[in-house]
Amino acid sequence: MHPAPSIIMFSTLSGLGFGLLTMLGLGFPEVSGWVAFVFFAIGFALAGGGLISATFHLGHPERALKSFTQWRSSWLSREAWAAAAAMSVMGLYAALIIFTGTRVAMLGWIGAALSLLTVFTTSMIYTQLKTVPRWNHWSPPVLFMAYAIVGGLLMAGQVSVATPLLVALGVLQIVAWVDQDRKEAASDTNLATATGLGHIGSVKAFESPHTGGNYLTHEMAFRIGRKHAQTLKIISVILAVVVPLILLLLPFHHMFALLAVISHFAGVAAQRWLFFAEAKHVVSLYYGR
Amino acid sequence: MTSLPTHTEKTLGLVIDLDTCVGCHACVTACKGWNTENYGAPLADTDAYGAEPVGSFLNRIHSYEVQPETGGPAQLFHFPKSCLHCADAPCVTVCPTGASYKRVEDGIVLVNESDCIGCGLCAWACPYGARELDPSEKVMKKCTLCVDRIYNENLPEEDRQPACVRTCPAGARHFGDLSDPESDVSILVAERGGFDLMPEQGTAPVNKYLPPRLKDEAPDFDILAPYLEPVAEEPQGFLGWLDKTLERIG
Repeated sequence: MHPAPSIIMFSTLSGLGFGLLTMLGLGFPEVSGWVAFVFFAIGFALAGGGLISATFHLGHPERALKSFTQWRSSWLSREAWAAAAAMSVMGLYAALIIFTGTRVAMLGWIGAALSLLTVFTTSMIYTQLKTVPRWNHWSPPVLFMAYAIVGGLLMAGQVSVATPLLVALGVLQIVAWVDQDRKEAASDTNLATATGLGHIGSVKAFESPHTGGNYLTHEMAFRIGRKHAQTLKIISVILAVVVPLILLLLPFHHMFALLAVISHFAGVAAQRWLFFAEAKHVVSLYYGR
Repeated sequence: MTSLPTHTEKTLGLVIDLDTCVGCHACVTACKGWNTENYGAPLADTDAYGAEPVGSFLNRIHSYEVQPETGGPAQLFHFPKSCLHCADAPCVTVCPTGASYKRVEDGIVLVNESDCIGCGLCAWACPYGARELDPSEKVMKKCTLCVDRIYNENLPEEDRQPACVRTCPAGARHFGDLSDPESDVSILVAERGGFDLMPEQGTAPVNKYLPPRLKDEAPDFDILAPYLEPVAEEPQGFLGWLDKTLERIG
């Protein structure tokens, strides 16, 4: 699949943003006044910035509000609702803390749950697609939420909890990659089932419908990423897990914490790039790819 | 509404004969022509005469080479592919705006272009590559089964079928109601063993493909061979002189 920068920025930024909002909603840390303002501002900037970035991917962003209508059937519509609900509840929760100094715990818990639910709905947009075997897998919901939680803990400065969870995240990511490879290899969709000509013999694409590319080959038959997949996986784990882990284990310093967050962010962005670039859509079979 | 109907009154669709298709692309041209001038946004071509032409098409013809397991020469098949108007269409349910829908009256899958936000998720959900985002209009384009022809009483009756079917010079494309067991298309599917593309994807496509008929075996001997035996092993006459002269020079 084509790794569109707007979509990668969206899932990276909003994942971290909603992760931070989740932690703030749960009261990790319990902030007030100006400190609360800064924390919430970062959370909203990341989550909202991600959502705005996602609209750049749309052909007609001016009609984006229509996407609230189909929540009964569409995960993308559910994502819109979850994001709007999470931002509203957390906005109210933040305003009460910042301006009146009252922390309504129940509101925070609901906001935290909605923030995590938003990340879950994002992941389900990919997981629901049978057409992309690597995505039609248990790992996107688990990993998207795990990255959001760990990223949120890092940004909220929860070092003691973040350290073991970083290790768990690294292990989980590697297990997921291995199992996704297995899932893709075991896919029962191939050129024989795609053409129905398999009973005659071995099928191969002889000629494309046209000599140039088209929307499908540009959007779904992206191949550049797979060549460097192994190297990028190592870089992604080093940046997202190993570097932040080392920085957290050093004596605490605000600069180290900031570097840990930046490194983690870069690692997640690399992971999301791979998430798209490595994913193979079954339509590429028709094009002999 | 992007929930799928539990039942459609008719199941209109195409039956495509892989035995008969000659790969002329006339259906592609007819489709592009009709659907550019009629229903919905025109099908754009960008950089049409440049280095990287890209355009939206609702119907494309692939070609596949099949090497028989039993040996013998490879066989070539032309393979038209457009929307299969699936009964369980995954492109419809993923749509966040309700722009994609399946009609209850005839089962045609359509896009309401004024509701389409161009997110592209329906194209991701389709295993067949039947949906393409128009490069100029930025809305999703797909086969409408020429909904503006098949019910169009301004057209002569013989033209009230999809443009691709009407134009096919080989008779490789057939249009009809596949829910009616007595319809021509249903009989064709039953007699020729029509099949689904990617049945394992669970989309329950309406369009069916007819398999190629078995090819004749190549005969072991050539019945014309006795008549084609060379009459002279060595060249004679002028050719014989030329042969000898050239040999002497060379």
